[in-house]
Amino acid sequence: MSARRVDPARDVARTTTGEPVTLTVDGESVTGVRGQSIAGVVMAAARSAGTGGALRRTAGAGAPRGVFCGIGVCFDCLVTVDGVRDVRACQRRAAEGAVVTTQAEPLPARVEGVEGERRG
Amino acid sequence: MVEPAELPGSAGAGAGVRDVEVLVVGGGPAGLAAAAAARRGGAHVVLVEGGDDVGGQYWRHLPAERPAAAEERLHHGWSTFARLRRTLAGDPGCELFTGASVWAVEPGGGRGDLPGAGALVVRVLVAPAGQADAPARRHLALRPAALVVATGAHDLTLPFPGWDLPGVVTGGAAQAFAKSERLAVGERVVVAGAGPFLLPVASSLLATGARVLEVAEAAGPAQLARGWGAHPHRLLTGGGPGPSGARLSGVGVLAGKTRELAGYVAALAAARVPYRTATGVVAARGDGRVEEVVLARLDATWAPVPGTERVVAADALAVSHGFTPRLEVALAAGAAVAGSGAGAGFVAVDDRGATSAPGVWAAGEVTGIGGADAALVEGALAGLAAAEALGHPAGPEVDGLLRRRRVLRAFADRLAAAHAPRPGWLAQVTDDTVVCRCEEVTAGRLRSVAQATASAADAPAGSRSLRLTTRAGLGPCQGRVCGHAVDAVLGCGLPASASTGSAGSTRPPVSHQRRPLAVPVRLGELADLPPATTPTSPATSQPSSHPEPEETP
Ligand SMILES: Cc1cc2nc3c(=O)[nH]c(=O)nc-3n(C[C@H](O)[C@H](O)[C@H](O)COP(=O)(O)OP(=O)(O)OC[C@H]3O[C@@H](n4cnc5c(N)ncnc54)[C@H](O)[C@@H]3O)c2cc1C
Ligand code: FES
Repeated sequence: MSARRVDPARDVARTTTGEPVTLTVDGESVTGVRGQSIAGVVMAAARSAGTGGALRRTAGAGAPRGVFCGIGVCFDCLVTVDGVRDVRACQRRAAEGAVVTTQAEPLPARVEGVEGERRG
Repeated sequence: MVEPAELPGSAGAGAGVRDVEVLVVGGGPAGLAAAAAARRGGAHVVLVEGGDDVGGQYWRHLPAERPAAAEERLHHGWSTFARLRRTLAGDPGCELFTGASVWAVEPGGGRGDLPGAGALVVRVLVAPAGQADAPARRHLALRPAALVVATGAHDLTLPFPGWDLPGVVTGGAAQAFAKSERLAVGERVVVAGAGPFLLPVASSLLATGARVLEVAEAAGPAQLARGWGAHPHRLLTGGGPGPSGARLSGVGVLAGKTRELAGYVAALAAARVPYRTATGVVAARGDGRVEEVVLARLDATWAPVPGTERVVAADALAVSHGFTPRLEVALAAGAAVAGSGAGAGFVAVDDRGATSAPGVWAAGEVTGIGGADAALVEGALAGLAAAEALGHPAGPEVDGLLRRRRVLRAFADRLAAAHAPRPGWLAQVTDDTVVCRCEEVTAGRLRSVAQATASAADAPAGSRSLRLTTRAGLGPCQGRVCGHAVDAVLGCGLPASASTGSAGSTRPPVSHQRRPLAVPVRLGELADLPPATTPTSPATSQPSSHPEPEETP
């Protein structure tokens, strides 16, 4: 993605440049600004990062998904944070050192003719 | 934000259930105004807000750890917000809980000495600051004597091929990231959809340093003139009937609104951003993310005119076709939804916010889209009414508020008429367009299943059985994003075909809006509830014939 944090020198709101916050996203180190959401940090770093801004892959088509609603209602941005899955990246504040894994959930494979299977 | 350390359980209220006077759900303009008004009336207030701070969608602002010297420049009415927040946070008669999401409303047994909604217990999960969706959140069970629902709305985005690509976001998302993170969702952004909301979205993007390639408004000149009126200047000068017949008077009430819109228009003009009407997105394309957006001219029904497609290279697309209410809490509390008229699909209220459920009021965009000014006025009316019902009479301010509400509502009616989806939009939904994003159900699949299972008794195709068969609407978002579109593809709800209704007059049925759980709850958290307060079924939601996920999906 080509999301971009506003250039502090040109920010009409004169936002502080902010302290950096560094996450690990799929093993890669990604730095944002304290106070940002995980989604914001990942979006802004997408240009250089391996996930390309995607936060998740869908179960059926394995299609990449990123932020959609940005306010916690669409659940398209679910990620795993420090081992806990299904966290909305747009709602979760980026915490220093957090380990984020993008989620992919392949549909369960149908298993036919399992040995010893009980039929009824 | 204030976070009360200890909540005394009140005697006789049942294990862990705490009685409160006025409970306000939602800390946007409507909820804040309701809380402040109920306090003016003298009632004790508890306000719960799911987000990290109050402000709602309108005053979605930077977090405390990242201050700005001139944050007010990103907002309208910032001083109103600052005053409301300061007043409530410093008031011992008001408790503010943030990170506090209402997830269920259930029968509370009632108490003879409590009027109205003493009959409901409102279940709240409280997450530590910044830790949304953390496990092991704190539980609150509140039994309000009066409940004010001010849960707002979220973007309505009509589907088109490619709307599920990363880089396609709602207008609200572009706005939220611009305001609360100072982040532009892209460098070359197309803004599309319908309604005046596109203007603040484009102008925020410009202010974050993005290039806005164009703003595409689906409504055409005829629809715009019909809605805004042949003499839009009357909005400024007062006088002249609106489409609802209300006399538009009250220069002061609308002047601020008009100034706000004029400011956005000026920002677009200064940046030479084209604003095109009768124009819509028909596709977004790209490898793994948006690389180009296909725009087309739309006819008066919003159907793309063949041969008018243009391809624009862009790295983000912000689309919003209006807003849809967040109804979970209101429905669970037993409030009815209006079935027809301008407010169809929204919580039905009287002039002072009373819903059909005793002891339950609603205010702001959950009752109809009117903007932040209307939300403030309606919140104040509902807060005063709720306090009044508990024996705290309202002062003389009510009449003035009612007058302002009438003017703002008439304005909102014009707005709805000018920008409501027109039936032809469905032409942009090709058979392979994903309609339900969560379960990846395409329009083709919905249509073919509908056809295969159609019966005379089930016409138009009942969306419930179709949802079960296709899983549309049963994924993590529980139909919040796709519900209206699924209904439309199936021929009910939002205008879908020329035969179903005129501009915005049909509104979707609420079946897909009934969600026993307002927000996802982890099973472990349910298991940890104290036994005496283990939830039963929500008070009045329809029994659901399909399994609802009880855990964060
Ligand atoms: C993302 C977004 C951005 C917007 N930006 C603008 C803008 O820049 N300019 C503009 O003119 N209009 C904007 N709007 C429209 C704006 O929402 C309204 O004009 C105004 O905010 C309505 O106020 P409200 O109080 O009714 O609702 P909201 O401001 O939406 O407030 C509702 C609050 O309720 C909370 N809530 C919802 N459900 C629960 C629950 N179960 N438990 C606890 N809390 C809950 C939400 O977190 C939210 O804070 C935006 C809308 C959206 C969706
Ligand atoms: S982007 Fe919709 S929930 Fe996060």
